[in-house]
Amino acid sequence: MLEYPRWKYLLVLVVLVLALILALPNLFGDAPALQIERKDHEPLTATSLPLIEQFLNEGHLSHTTSYLESGRIMVRFANTADQFKARDAVDTKYADQYITGMSFASRAPAVLRALGLRAMKLGLDLRGGLYLLYQVDTQSAISQLLDSYAQDLRRALSAANLAYTDVAIVPSSGSVADSVRVTLPAGADLAGVRAVATKALPDLAFTTVSLPSGAALQGTLTSKQIRDRQDYAIEQNLVNLSNRVNQLGVAEPIVQRTGLDRINVQLPGVTNSAQVKNLLGKVATLEFRLDAATGDAYDVSQHGNAPVGTKLYYDQQHQPILLKREIIATGDQITNATAATDQDGPIVNIKLDSRAGDRMLATTRANLNKRMAVVYTEKRQEVSEVDGKKVTRNVTDEKIINNAVIEGVFGNSFRIMGMTSGESQDLALLLRAGSLNVPIYPVDERVIGPSLGAANIDRGIDALVIGMAAVFAFMAIYYRVFGLVADAVLLANVVLLTALLSLMGEVLSLPGIAGIILTVGIAVDSNVLIYERIREELRNGVSPQAAIRAGFDKAFSAISDSNVTTGIAGLVLWVLGTGAIRGFAVVLVLGIVTSMFTSLMGSRALITLMYGGRRKLTRLPI
Amino acid sequence: MEFFHKPTSFPFMATRKVWYGLSIVMVVGSIALFFTRHLNLDVDFTGGVTIPATFPTAANVDAVRTAMERAGFHDPQVQNFGSARELSIRLPPLGPKQDAEGIRAQVTKALQGVDPAVDVQAPSVVGPQVGGELKRSAEFALFFTLVGIFIYIALRFHTWRLSLGAILAVIHDPIMVVGIFALLQTPFDLPAVAAILAVIGYSLNDTVVVFDRIRERFGVNRRMASAQVLDQSINQTLSRTIMTKVVTAIVVLALLFLGGPALRGFSEALLIGIIFGTYSSIYISSAIALDCGLSSEHLFPTAKKSPIDAMP
Repeated sequence: MLEYPRWKYLLVLVVLVLALILALPNLFGDAPALQIERKDHEPLTATSLPLIEQFLNEGHLSHTTSYLESGRIMVRFANTADQFKARDAVDTKYADQYITGMSFASRAPAVLRALGLRAMKLGLDLRGGLYLLYQVDTQSAISQLLDSYAQDLRRALSAANLAYTDVAIVPSSGSVADSVRVTLPAGADLAGVRAVATKALPDLAFTTVSLPSGAALQGTLTSKQIRDRQDYAIEQNLVNLSNRVNQLGVAEPIVQRTGLDRINVQLPGVTNSAQVKNLLGKVATLEFRLDAATGDAYDVSQHGNAPVGTKLYYDQQHQPILLKREIIATGDQITNATAATDQDGPIVNIKLDSRAGDRMLATTRANLNKRMAVVYTEKRQEVSEVDGKKVTRNVTDEKIINNAVIEGVFGNSFRIMGMTSGESQDLALLLRAGSLNVPIYPVDERVIGPSLGAANIDRGIDALVIGMAAVFAFMAIYYRVFGLVADAVLLANVVLLTALLSLMGEVLSLPGIAGIILTVGIAVDSNVLIYERIREELRNGVSPQAAIRAGFDKAFSAISDSNVTTGIAGLVLWVLGTGAIRGFAVVLVLGIVTSMFTSLMGSRALITLMYGGRRKLTRLPI
Repeated sequence: MEFFHKPTSFPFMATRKVWYGLSIVMVVGSIALFFTRHLNLDVDFTGGVTIPATFPTAANVDAVRTAMERAGFHDPQVQNFGSARELSIRLPPLGPKQDAEGIRAQVTKALQGVDPAVDVQAPSVVGPQVGGELKRSAEFALFFTLVGIFIYIALRFHTWRLSLGAILAVIHDPIMVVGIFALLQTPFDLPAVAAILAVIGYSLNDTVVVFDRIRERFGVNRRMASAQVLDQSINQTLSRTIMTKVVTAIVVLALLFLGGPALRGFSEALLIGIIFGTYSSIYISSAIALDCGLSSEHLFPTAKKSPIDAMP
């Protein structure tokens, strides 16, 4: 008599039923969808839904359905043309309240959705996704370089005690700025200034310029230097954008350079494309400056004559404050930033690199009981409708979020306050992912089809189905009834894997398909190991039921060792890999778990059910 | 139905020196081919040119691809770009004699066969999908994978000899796949990389199954010569090995012949990998373990004799 513990039968049954339910949404496919989110990340409530519905209906924007999900409104469409029209309409009307994102939404009925069940997400190669094209403001890169040169020069001249009137950024010809110019008062030591300048800025070639006001020294960037700097800026942005997308948890995106000065970002159909889109283009960074503590800020805000070495800013209450021009630390010197909440409210913990940390230490030490301000800078593009036409303008927001008294000396680790919870989380993420030191502006946004090509995918699926059918037939012929058991177990394996992938929200792309094929191979292997062992035992004269038991028992070590070894490889690749490698590894590890479960427990349960209870078993159909 | 109706006894280990020689030649050849002939890297790795094309009515992606191929463009990638009327075509990078306008004119001519009112816009250069960062993280990940495998096998089988054999087999198979890609100049794209990962996993799985049988055989016959034990183990697992390979091969062949051009690199890599995976489990992992002096002592360390037994 061959027996199998009752609780194991129950476990197999429960797991199978759960798997079927979890895998169900995948049968329904998905449709183009629009996500609508509030700009400040507060969740939308059911009251907003009818308003959006009304707006869509009034504009004759056809859509199939709309519903609320995880604090955002999802609207489904029959095709991408409708999706586009709706997106444009919502963007224009609700530009300051909502952000939109295009994506795909499952067509599964509301029941499944209410249970929180979702279909697997498919990658860019299998399904396509959101395509965003950004223009990189390369001129900004040049300005920043010149700015830092100017600052270095000022410092060098002060250190050498040489008098100068001003250091400014000017164009050498035309209107595009590409030079640093030092204007000198009458009787200044031109040769001395030149020596200091050449030493401080060895990359620039200085020429003397005579102006009506006196002599001046001008250093101009060569066109190669400009090009190199622009290339560098774009490469930096590529890395930063990739980091941002990774931070937001989007699996397997594409970030690549397009043309001379553009970057395209492709996101597979994700549930937070609105949020991603919002954060991707944000150029936000921090600057730390000392409060000027001289001059009348209010007066300057009216008449605009800031004293030398200071600049006017406004804080969150729109009060004018004068800050020193000199920057103590900037965003790209921040090595880590985490958002948290303590008794004072939402905060961001900041860590600076060692150079900035030293400067911060020196500054706080020298300026105890004076104020230091944290300036939050954000560059973006605003789209508005003027006379029925879309008008975009570049906007730079600079606001002081914090202007606190330096009460203690600190170096590279401190916290800043003064934002809402949503803002502090956004800021921490942006700081962590690296400041986009050069602004980027969205140029295009659309939903694209699968990069593999829909026809290829269809053909691939057909090929897979035919292959699997052939496998099923072959197993049935080679192992007869036991082969049919193996087929059933294989099917259960695929369903279970689908259920797990849907549950975990992982993105499935072509490398994942490779993982599935490998899993199927391993699953078949497990069953073959068991069956070959049973055949061997039968050949050695063991009785049928004992042969079944021996087959399972003896094959166990082979199955477990081989699966675990491959599983370890998969686990390491999962943890350390990125992109395609990670996609493959996830499917592999999950597949090993499911195949071990189905091959060992599932087939044993089924076989014991079929042959365990028979008293007079002389031959096995294997 | 069975492949072998009585137990086989092929003398695998006896001929291993021959196969060592062959393997070394093949590995060296693969590496040489990689550096001289180079892989036919696909757009995923090299970057290329994207050309937007707008049609007055919904575009037929398949017809467009066929038209491009007929016009002599090699393996164009065509996808929907926003609406049903807009397509984006990706081509390999411009050669030294080509320029953007020339390509645009060629593509326009090819697509006018599909729809004379097509509007082909200026091409723009697109960077590669697989950047330096991905390559670096891949090398990192693969290295630690090898370390993990080595440690686990050494722990479970109590000897580093089998670990060494497994690692060498795992390295050997991808090199062979890459070598054949360099030889046949099949386009090497991202799916091909995924397939190579699958090959590694497959080969590893195979190898450990054989190792398990070796461990069992050594446990039963502690005095038998190692070579004989290994031969027995491989023979006993032979029908299982062939069965599993046949099943996987069925799926892969279906993909190769019916899956379309986009999956060619993928399925070819898998097929080559399966063949070499079997070979390496026998002639790389087991044979090398043997030549490192594998014996039952290593798998089943006997207890130290106590001092009392040594006394007269």
